[in-house]
Amino acid sequence: MSSFSGLARATDPIDQNKATAMENVKIAAEKVQVFYGETHAIKDVSIDIRARTVTAFIGPSGCGKSTFLRCLNRMNDTIDICRVEGRIAIDNEDIYDPKVDPVQLRAKVGMVFQKPNPFPKSIYDNIAYGPRIHGLVRRKSELDDIVASSLQKAGLWEEVKDRLDSPGTGLSGGQQQRLCIARAIAVSPEVILMDEPCSALDPIATAKVEELIDELRENYTIVIVTHSMQQAARVSQRTAFFHLGNLVEVGDTQDIFTNPVDKRTQDYITGRFG
Amino acid sequence: MSEHTVSSYDEELSGIAGRIAEMGGLAESIVTDAVTALITQDLDLAQATIGRDHRLDDLMHDIEMRNVLVIARRQPMGQDLREIMAATRIANDLERVGDMAKNVAKRVIAIDSDLKSKTLAIGVEHMTELALAQLKAVLDAYTRKDAEEAVKVRERDAEIDAIYTSLFRELLTYMMEDPRNITQCAHLLFCAKNIERIGDHATNIAENVYYMVTGKRLLDDRPRMDETGVEDKENA
Ligand SMILES: Nc1ncnc2c1ncn2[C@@H]1O[C@H](COP(=O)(O)OP(=O)(O)O)[C@@H](O)[C@H]1O
Ligand SMILES: [Mg+2]
Repeated sequence: MSSFSGLARATDPIDQNKATAMENVKIAAEKVQVFYGETHAIKDVSIDIRARTVTAFIGPSGCGKSTFLRCLNRMNDTIDICRVEGRIAIDNEDIYDPKVDPVQLRAKVGMVFQKPNPFPKSIYDNIAYGPRIHGLVRRKSELDDIVASSLQKAGLWEEVKDRLDSPGTGLSGGQQQRLCIARAIAVSPEVILMDEPCSALDPIATAKVEELIDELRENYTIVIVTHSMQQAARVSQRTAFFHLGNLVEVGDTQDIFTNPVDKRTQDYITGRFG
Repeated sequence: MSEHTVSSYDEELSGIAGRIAEMGGLAESIVTDAVTALITQDLDLAQATIGRDHRLDDLMHDIEMRNVLVIARRQPMGQDLREIMAATRIANDLERVGDMAKNVAKRVIAIDSDLKSKTLAIGVEHMTELALAQLKAVLDAYTRKDAEEAVKVRERDAEIDAIYTSLFRELLTYMMEDPRNITQCAHLLFCAKNIERIGDHATNIAENVYYMVTGKRLLDDRPRMDETGVEDKENA
């Protein structure tokens, strides 16, 4: 086993083809630091996330994937001891600017969590909730349209269209997760963050969510945290490898999985870690 | 590279590499025997050589099987994935080397007469030495994961091609000089072609070793010329 430790590396992670990355950057993070009290959880991370692309965050448990993901829609604001430094811009606008309303930001940057977490309400209300609180609709018919189209985009419509009034919590795990994706879509986000969205799902339900992610890529920028390297390889076009709070390497998924540059990335993806 | 967290994964990979090494040693020895049989017109040795080729086929299938199982069990990534791919292709090339040697051995039986001129066979023998050296060098490069050595092997293939081309001309000359030479020279020509192909397989293996080690393809910028004198950049 190699003897790398938590030594801070040079700021710039390896990016196997940075040149093309300039073209369609949706999210630009620069020198981001995150602290939980004394814990330095994210160390000087800079990354460009491309529009209408699935970017996977991989790395061993505790390396900071979820922490960094939560920075992208300011979910860390809700954690008292958490402090974020650096700059994160979406479409060139600093999302940590005091003028930015975090609630509006989270409508633009939706999130899907590890455990499906439907509200204890009807399927319909689960989807309608966001558009209602954001005042996106005037009439009931508009809301009906949003509910239907969100469920369609999430590939759930056929399965639930006859029981929109039954509780969301009565669906299977995989259906619940697609319901949560539909709920995220309902407020017309531009970015969808997913934190291990399939870890509680069986292989078939996982395949359906992966298929959905692939379809959503056409219209949304997607960032997915996954502990499954095979999943990262299947669903993403870009992969970023984190280790001990550092972004070690980012590149086209195909390069990361066939020919990673950094020794730590190699060790991790080939199953040689620690 | 360091070891996998799951040690049986390491055992599976080293089992495959070990079988490639076994195939390599066997291929070298079959080529040596086939050409010795040719030079000495030893029919028994030729017959025995033909029989030994089966073992190469078996090993190749065994390696294929093991590779399929590793892919199914481990979903290899990175260097491991490249090793598996390389092993599959190298096993194929070594199996083909065995076929080339077998072809030579079959010719020995077909010629079934003393070589009238040993000098004719010397050219083939010399080519064989070079081809065997290439095979040995590329198998060393595989075992040591030495990309630079693989590049050298690939570059040296031009020497074998050059010898083959001159041998081709020489044999043609003999045939024109005396039609009684034709049968024997034609057989030798086929043998030479088979040996030349062994060099090509060594080159393929070198390219796979290079990819296995570096993750990059060697760009094919070498112009190829065979005995037809027609340059072929496509079909390297
Ligand atoms: N709410 C929190 N309070 C304190 N420390 C936290 C909190 N969330 C995460 N951490 C710490 O930050 C580091 C990164 O955690 P996390 O982002 O969850 O990693 P990952 O998602 O890669 O498993 C870990 O050391 C973890 O203990
Ligand atoms: Mg996490």
